[in-house]
Amino acid sequence: MSEKKNNQVSRRQFLNYTLTGVGGFMGAAMVSPMVGMAVDPLLQAEGSSDFQYVMDVSEITQEPQRKSFTVPQEDGWYESESEQTAWIYRTENDEILALSPVCTHLGCTVDWESGDHDNEFFCPCHNGRYDRMGVNIADTPPTAPLPAYEYRVEEGKLYLGKAQPRGGA
Amino acid sequence: MLQKLYDWVDERLDITPIWRDIADHEVPEHVNPAHHFSAFVYCFGGLTFFVTVIQVLSGMFLTMYYVPDIENAFASVEYLQSQVAHGQIVRGMHHWGASVVIVMIFLHTLRVFFQGAYKKPRELNWVVGVLLFFVMFGLGFTGYLLPWDNKAFFATQVGLEIAESVPVIGTDIKTLLAGDPEIVGAQTLTRFFAIHVFFLPAALFGLMAAHFIMIRRQGISGPL
Repeated sequence: MSEKKNNQVSRRQFLNYTLTGVGGFMGAAMVSPMVGMAVDPLLQAEGSSDFQYVMDVSEITQEPQRKSFTVPQEDGWYESESEQTAWIYRTENDEILALSPVCTHLGCTVDWESGDHDNEFFCPCHNGRYDRMGVNIADTPPTAPLPAYEYRVEEGKLYLGKAQPRGGA
Repeated sequence: MLQKLYDWVDERLDITPIWRDIADHEVPEHVNPAHHFSAFVYCFGGLTFFVTVIQVLSGMFLTMYYVPDIENAFASVEYLQSQVAHGQIVRGMHHWGASVVIVMIFLHTLRVFFQGAYKKPRELNWVVGVLLFFVMFGLGFTGYLLPWDNKAFFATQVGLEIAESVPVIGTDIKTLLAGDPEIVGAQTLTRFFAIHVFFLPAALFGLMAAHFIMIRRQGISGPL
């Protein structure tokens, strides 16, 4: 090295840069597929909600009826049937309403007109109450209405999808 | 015979200073309960380590029988608990030790906090200690699910819902932990097992090494 040039990269610097670069690349190549594996559940497309037959529309009354139905469930490699329950009835506007019985307070199971709670859904765990439309009654523990199942009517048969939250009140 | 073997190795690798460094390290008087009984508060860190060693050893042996599969997990635990020689004792050690280690680490943290032992120059060691605390909690949380009984299942359900209540990223955190946005099932169990047995212990060992190297470097904080 007879003459000094400006911006000359020294041998040591060059080796530092290349080794760091190559090392970083190799490290990234090793780690990135592993990280990909770990975050796979976030990348999975959300399962489209299948609708399940629950009951005939003609059987739906103004009085809420408790109906159970099974939904096929896919948990990775494990397939099973999950049992779900809905309170199904016609509202005063003659619309069909299928409510999830899972209390929005802490997840206990609500019951229709249990105890002496006429025309109400009642949760025995912490005295949570919901009116006929499944809307939580003020000054009781629940903070949101009962979730309602998406539904579809085909040829006089009622099919239920996923229970959707109905917002806090 | 043993002495000869030791000398043979020591001659080549000079291992005496390694253990001498620990064995000859003097415990300061204000830390020694033999001098002042109230110094027992300084034992909690060491007790945390002691129970951690029990947890690691008993856990290693439990995995000889345990399977992280929802069909067989409970049966494998029941089998090792009721049929395997001393299985009940080893699982008991792991079960009760899990609680004891949390109590000890908590007492140790309280001691360091109320003595102000975290102050300069020991701030970094405090930070590492807090990370250790989180790792311990993670170990407790993930280990709780593994027996796959009702208590385990619903405790995890609740824990995951707490994680879900984090603003904005809560749902992603839950999915990442449970392996599924809604189900606590097969994928949750394998994930929790992997985290409990590989990921968190690896973090724990690294942090413990840092914790101990730092305390030896800086020495224990002086008397109040």
